[in-house]
Amino acid sequence: MPDLLLDHVHLLDPSTGLDGSGSLLVRGGRILDHGPALGRPDDVEIIDGDGAILCPGLVDMRVALGEPGFEYRETIASAAQAAAAGGITTLAALPDSAPAIDDPALVFLLRSRGEATGSLTILPYAAITRGCRGEEMAELGLLREAGAAAFTDGKRAVASTQLMRRVLSYARAFGGRIVQHPEDPSLAEGGAATEGELATRLGLPGIPLVAEAIIVARDVRLARLTGGALHFGHVSTAETVELIRRAKHEGLDVTCDTAPPYFDLNETAIGDYRTYSKLSPPLRPEADRQAIAAALIDGTIDAIASDHQPRDADDKRLPFAQASAGGAGLATLLGITLAQVHGGRLSMAQAVALLTSRPARLLGSRGGTLARGAPADLCLFHPERAWQVQAGRMPGKAQNTPFDGRALEGRVLGTWKAGRRVFG
Amino acid sequence: MQPQRHLLAIEGMYPPEIGQLLDLAESYALLNRSGKTQRDLLRGRTLINLFFEDSTRTRTSFELAGKRLGADVINMSVSASSVNKGETLLDTAATLNAMQCDLLVVRHDQSGAPALLAQKVDAAVINAGDGTHEHPTQALLDALTIRRRRGRLDGLTVAICGDIAHSRVARSNIYLLTTMGAAVRLVGPPTLMPAGAERLGLQVFHDMDAGLEGVDIVMMLRLQRERMTRGLVPSAREFFRFYGLDAARLARARPDALVMHPGPMNRGVEIDSAVADDPARSLIREQVEMGVAVRMAVLDVLGRRQIRNV
Repeated sequence: MPDLLLDHVHLLDPSTGLDGSGSLLVRGGRILDHGPALGRPDDVEIIDGDGAILCPGLVDMRVALGEPGFEYRETIASAAQAAAAGGITTLAALPDSAPAIDDPALVFLLRSRGEATGSLTILPYAAITRGCRGEEMAELGLLREAGAAAFTDGKRAVASTQLMRRVLSYARAFGGRIVQHPEDPSLAEGGAATEGELATRLGLPGIPLVAEAIIVARDVRLARLTGGALHFGHVSTAETVELIRRAKHEGLDVTCDTAPPYFDLNETAIGDYRTYSKLSPPLRPEADRQAIAAALIDGTIDAIASDHQPRDADDKRLPFAQASAGGAGLATLLGITLAQVHGGRLSMAQAVALLTSRPARLLGSRGGTLARGAPADLCLFHPERAWQVQAGRMPGKAQNTPFDGRALEGRVLGTWKAGRRVFG
Repeated sequence: MQPQRHLLAIEGMYPPEIGQLLDLAESYALLNRSGKTQRDLLRGRTLINLFFEDSTRTRTSFELAGKRLGADVINMSVSASSVNKGETLLDTAATLNAMQCDLLVVRHDQSGAPALLAQKVDAAVINAGDGTHEHPTQALLDALTIRRRRGRLDGLTVAICGDIAHSRVARSNIYLLTTMGAAVRLVGPPTLMPAGAERLGLQVFHDMDAGLEGVDIVMMLRLQRERMTRGLVPSAREFFRFYGLDAARLARARPDALVMHPGPMNRGVEIDSAVADDPARSLIREQVEMGVAVRMAVLDVLGRRQIRNV
């Protein structure tokens, strides 16, 4: 692999505070140097960035891969293709596959499958409970030893208070956060939309907004009781972020992420029974969307994750309540996040931190930085170049985007994994 | 305004559209009473009653309406079993297109299913009840029944009582009655009230006596057994004690108030037989009669638009 100089770029790396024009030199797959006045060595391939932003390859902390078990929706190969197109070089894979990732061998398998793509680091989440069934604790210690980045039961909440207390407590011995899907299962059962006027009009079974805050309030108290490290995936309501804000203020080890639909769309996107906008948790009223956008700015939310949930047409072409929940998100993660920057309130450095350094820290990843000596996982994007999201023409296999037709500013020009160009 | 090709919902319809349908239905009601028929209107057209959920009365009403207008009527009952075999709604749509159906009447237990079918079939789709969403022809027949007795809809106060949360009949009636200028009250226990009801501009009552005070029309809804097993209401007898309609409760309404029920009734659960069978107060039989007239009007209008579209 030839060494590489990315010249005339705007270097942006929140992990090192880098924010300015310059160039970046890659040797042997690692970042050798960067700065405003690097020379132009003769033995390297030179790429002229023409002023575009060069940041660390994105770290997406919430992705369902489709493999193992749902290859008709997405494979690791197709997910890697979509990730590269989205500027993502590291992702954390949810364990609620078939089989669930509840055995050390499966953790090892996923890591190896990631390496085999050559373009993507897969950080496997391991199951909190065997089979993600919410009953018996999985072998957290052995799973951690095999390389599990953190623990979660994916899109299933750990419902039992006693079990949640025990895993928060036990996992302290091995590190690795407990990542909760914050939705009370008994309140959510059978629900297809957020309870309220819109769900009433559409005749859809509703899930009350408080289903999220109830679990968050409970688990924050358990984090206080146990001293455990707790993370909430895809937070989506105003009340939830307020609870997390207070927990952080108190000094508890509580963190959270959200996904682009929850700060970019509101519940009206499901009008006319559009099943591509059926997500879990369901889209929320406008006031909640605004609260999520505000929590990105004030730092309450630690990361933006795609919450990529691949589905095929047959999963979605059904009456709304029967359609499978979930949206594809790898290719649109950066573009939708940048809409918050162009909207004027989130700074570019904050946006990049939410997609790189902050999730990398939560996952214990070596990625998410342009520090000298780090792997040359890079994303080059033009912040204003326009494009349109089109279901059916997205990279990868899954086409179930809730953003179909959305015009975006901000496009990935190139992605590098350990110094090798994997997109653009 | 582009005329609708389908009848999927009352929500979004304008007063003149509703008024014209009711006028046409009125003329069919008179025609039906005179014993004459209009068998040339839909001659050669095919109407398919596609029922994913059992409903003898609605299906029969559409069947009769279609036959009185001369259409070839076919009933297809799709049982849960063939859905379990993996045939999807869209497979069904492809089958229907191949059969060259002109008018498709759909009943389904899922909200939005007729709208999904309407995207895929060439026929005009008529929603005959979808999940907990809408049942437009029921609201039209209720409106016609009221209008024939009271001469108008605007200015009337209508109390819709019982399991409103799970009722497609309630939703369609709420939209139709408020669009036509009537005031709607919802009466029922909090667990059977839909979320956001107040935001739809409706008055909500949990005390039935207060809710019926001075109303012109009392519209009862069916309470399904399932509501008891799912813990929304503790028992049928408790429901009847607080939300059942008997003569004493009806006395709270205007002296000439009329009683309606979409059927089938649970006597002794939501309505007392003495009220249901009182010819001076109960419109229940007339609702069934108007059902045929309203469905003839709907088939007439959509059938003609079909011909123009071809």
